Amino acid sequence: MSKFRKDDGKELPPISTASLPDIVFMLLFFFMVSTTMREVTVNVSQKLPEATELSKLEKKSLVSYIYIGEPKPQFQKVFGKAPRIQLNDQFANVEDITDYITAEREARTEAERPSMVTSLKVDVNTKMGLVTDVKQELRKAAALNINYSARKAVER
Amino acid sequence: MARNTPEVPATSLADIAFMLLIFFLVTTTMDVDSGLRRKLPQWVDKEQLDDNAEIKERNVFVVLVNRNNDLLVDGDYERVENLRDRAKEFMANPYNDENLPEKEPKDVPYFGQYMVTKGVISLRNDNDTQYGTYLAVQNELVAAINELRDELAIDKWGKAYLDLDVDQQNAVKTIYPQKISEAEPKGKNF
Repeated sequence: MSKFRKDDGKELPPISTASLPDIVFMLLFFFMVSTTMREVTVNVSQKLPEATELSKLEKKSLVSYIYIGEPKPQFQKVFGKAPRIQLNDQFANVEDITDYITAEREARTEAERPSMVTSLKVDVNTKMGLVTDVKQELRKAAALNINYSARKAVER
Repeated sequence: MARNTPEVPATSLADIAFMLLIFFLVTTTMDVDSGLRRKLPQWVDKEQLDDNAEIKERNVFVVLVNRNNDLLVDGDYERVENLRDRAKEFMANPYNDENLPEKEPKDVPYFGQYMVTKGVISLRNDNDTQYGTYLAVQNELVAAINELRDELAIDKWGKAYLDLDVDQQNAVKTIYPQKISEAEPKGKNF
């Protein structure tokens, strides 16, 4: 009757799923390559500030991190609520920064050392007193390239 | 005659791959760390610190942030939103205002003799200032200089500052240097 309906008994052959694994593997490789597993667990709660004039840190291997913020709830019994510094996996004091920077410096080759960057991941609500102490300590350790970690501000 | 081994079914291969895929999807963090790049000044001992380096008052753009996160810019209260324009006006000084910084002629490649500002931005904060405010102020100051550089680059080459080549960028940098100095912290024994 209708022009468009083909009522001859021909059926579509089922779509071959043989190439499905290939597609999935392709995705898999993409994610495997782009994955960076976190090396340290951050023990301080962090809400990074927002900024607009950001630049990206290109070479991850040259960056050492200093985290500053309130200890997460499970650590507050031991370490209290006041903002603390975290280096690697442990809470630390201001005096430990020099050692940390020295250790980080030792881990890099001679050629890489001048372009090392210290990234400060500091919670918005931290008081500047602590941050200034850290900065002074970094100056003493001659780690002058720093990066105030921030999120991209959303345009309003 | 060798017996044919039955073919291994490959249908479950997709499932295995999916499982791996989901694992990596979940563990992936693609955060590229970004932030404000700054350079700290060289460490100087307290004894060597010379307070004699005289800078005229008109050449300094003083930004104070107090413990309540209020801003005092060159003597009057200011909001963070207006800071960028104030800083731009200070660094550019388009009408050679008496109260804004002096300029000195300098030989700049591509530009020839150019009147370069002697202005310096000075930032001081209280120990109880919130880090968020401090960074917002820093951001505005950097933004002001970046905007000035961009404007100059577009004037001269019709391109944004970041699209210039290294020599051109350096020329623009000499005209608008990023001179943001932070006061030595006071009241503590370092």
